[in-house]
Amino acid sequence: MKSMMEKEYIEIKNNFMPVNISEIPVHSYEKFSSLVSYLLRNESNHCTAYFPVSEKGKQRFIICIADDSNKNIRVFSHITADDNNSLKSLSEELPQLHIFEREIHENSGIFFEGHPWLKPVRFPHNRPDKTGTIEGYPFYNIDSEELHEVGVGPVHAGVIEPGHFRFICNGEKVLHLEIQLGYQHRGVEQLFIENEAPLQRSILAENIAGDTVTGHALAHVQLIESLAGIDAGEKLQAERCIALELERIAVHIGDTAALCGDVAYQFGQVVCEALRTTIINTTQFWCGNRFGKGLIRPCGTNFPLTVQAADEILKVLSVSIPRYEEVADRIFTLPSLLARFEDIGTVTKKQVSDIGAVGMAARSSGLLRDIRSTHPFQIFRHYEINTVVHQTGDVLARALQRKDEIRESARIIRDLIDVWKNLDGDVSKPDYNFNLKPDTFAISLTEGWRGEICHTAITGKDGKIVHYKIKDPSFHNWMALALAVRNQEISDFPLCNKSYNLSYCGHDL
Amino acid sequence: MLKELKILKSHGRQYVINLRTVKIAEAFRGRPEIKADITVPEINALSRMCPVSAIDKSSGAIDLGKCVFCGECAFAFPGKIKFTNDYRIAANRREDLVLKPGQADGIRLNEDAIRKEVRDMFSGSLKLRQVSAGGDNSCEMELNACGNVNFDMGRYGIEFVASPRHADGIVITGPVTSNMAAALEMTYDAVPEPKIIIVAGTDAISGGIFEKSPGVNRSFFENRKIDLFVPGNPFHPLTFINGVLDLLGIK
Repeated sequence: MKSMMEKEYIEIKNNFMPVNISEIPVHSYEKFSSLVSYLLRNESNHCTAYFPVSEKGKQRFIICIADDSNKNIRVFSHITADDNNSLKSLSEELPQLHIFEREIHENSGIFFEGHPWLKPVRFPHNRPDKTGTIEGYPFYNIDSEELHEVGVGPVHAGVIEPGHFRFICNGEKVLHLEIQLGYQHRGVEQLFIENEAPLQRSILAENIAGDTVTGHALAHVQLIESLAGIDAGEKLQAERCIALELERIAVHIGDTAALCGDVAYQFGQVVCEALRTTIINTTQFWCGNRFGKGLIRPCGTNFPLTVQAADEILKVLSVSIPRYEEVADRIFTLPSLLARFEDIGTVTKKQVSDIGAVGMAARSSGLLRDIRSTHPFQIFRHYEINTVVHQTGDVLARALQRKDEIRESARIIRDLIDVWKNLDGDVSKPDYNFNLKPDTFAISLTEGWRGEICHTAITGKDGKIVHYKIKDPSFHNWMALALAVRNQEISDFPLCNKSYNLSYCGHDL
Repeated sequence: MLKELKILKSHGRQYVINLRTVKIAEAFRGRPEIKADITVPEINALSRMCPVSAIDKSSGAIDLGKCVFCGECAFAFPGKIKFTNDYRIAANRREDLVLKPGQADGIRLNEDAIRKEVRDMFSGSLKLRQVSAGGDNSCEMELNACGNVNFDMGRYGIEFVASPRHADGIVITGPVTSNMAAALEMTYDAVPEPKIIIVAGTDAISGGIFEKSPGVNRSFFENRKIDLFVPGNPFHPLTFINGVLDLLGIK
């Protein structure tokens, strides 16, 4: 025990190094917080998971800090004293922890002293304090005769998920946007523990966020395979990554359409919508579902990529990508569109770094966060990708980010199909009969189209899952949207919102 | 303008001419068929493996209101159950979504169960307000796709509107979370009479994989008449559109 206490943290790699829970060093909260603070001051580090688990009647807090410079994830923990229900908050110094501390507070009742704003995250059904409900959300308000408030939602004008946006405006200008979520909370994490059948868990993973089926399903099966000690062969890995990139292309094209729609360029909207259809219909051709549901399973798949399906993918890409480039060329040269995209909703690199933004929200503001290259998984471990980064952080940067990522993803798919063709053997059927290692902690990261998806799990003595935690990229990135609309015209909110297209259900779980 | 015309020319026609008869991918999992000669041990095995208990362990019937269309049953017993690519699977009576072994004919709406005012009032124009109540966004995206250039249900006067005051009915997606229960009631109340309720997607019809979650509150469905059930996870846009056209009596 003594030697373990001396070790500051253990270092693991993304999703293929599960560790016995006893190997994770335990520190005093003082030591824990100084270590967290020391690590997170370095921009190459960010927090990917921070949560408490019950251990012998006490709360054990586990934190995972990913280091992008050496592809390692550092894991360490602290255990609360019996009578200690209050900890010193680190959010003031490290704003990226604000949402983690709020979540911990809401889920476990622990109070964080000095947290700038310890408000609810999602009103989960199993929260210890049920005195507050979502209808009585404690909005920030300013007592002023000059300012007015605008409330939107939870039911929005379009066919989208529910959430509430509360603006405090000075005339047409937004001073502050508060985003209230939780309407979509379905109790997903608890269902991962209660549903013990592996197939049920795969279905659940596909339904975390229906626009990121492959991203979340892959994060889940990686985690399970890691806990079961199963190695997915390279051929299967290649197929999974092809599906992941198809999902990225489909959503990015759909979002280009939505951005055009919001600036009343109906032509661009209609053309891109039809192009998105060609991509999701290709996914349907492959696995029978336009969103890829049914494709990702542990240890194998019911829908191995066939030569026919691979040819269909290549054929559709060869037609649809040039068509997309053609319309994108028009979109990004029309002065009337550029005027609506440029310098709107700017978020700086410092801001995205402060709030711990991930994925394309970070990359479009100049911060390179891409799990495919920084903590590679599946076949990306042996395959270099060219991560796209834009510097300006405005709506235009996020639109161009999508355009350039579409091109890169198409290139990756073509390459991976070549790699796949040269790999021997067959991809096996899914296998739902396996045992998970007991008393083990595992972490699994993937890069969905929005960004970093993180699933973590801990097993008990009998190998059953006792703890399951999910983090969608939207968990961090909603704050980027709130920052983007500050000092903007309120009429630019829909455009800023579309430029991120964040997940409600992925956040609310 | 010339550039736009050039793009339109190179992209070609994208819309689906006949939404009633268009063929879709063979792999699509639509209406399942269970062989009449399925044995009791096979039924037991199917019922045990189904992740959402959609297969009845005594009759072997499959409930499309619960099915998540994962297709695992068809892979386990390929000779006994198969998913056809028939997308016309919406029904207006909940019991019609339960398909028994040996049942191979298509699912059609029960004409007698359609309220008279629905066709009198809405067959020329139907405006719908959508409420996502825990929907995972795939159903919502498919509803949006119903109105896009490919499927264009607007050609029949069927559209989504922003305000419940302008709507003739609501379309519910998602299992209905406790946190959305009040907002769903309010939105429904704000729609003027007469109005219809369409329940779209497996999560909405039965709760799906979330059925047993304490985070779900399905009291909205108590004592309310549902006009249309649209199964799928998510449903295909053609399933939704054909269901609505059948409800409205549009050929």
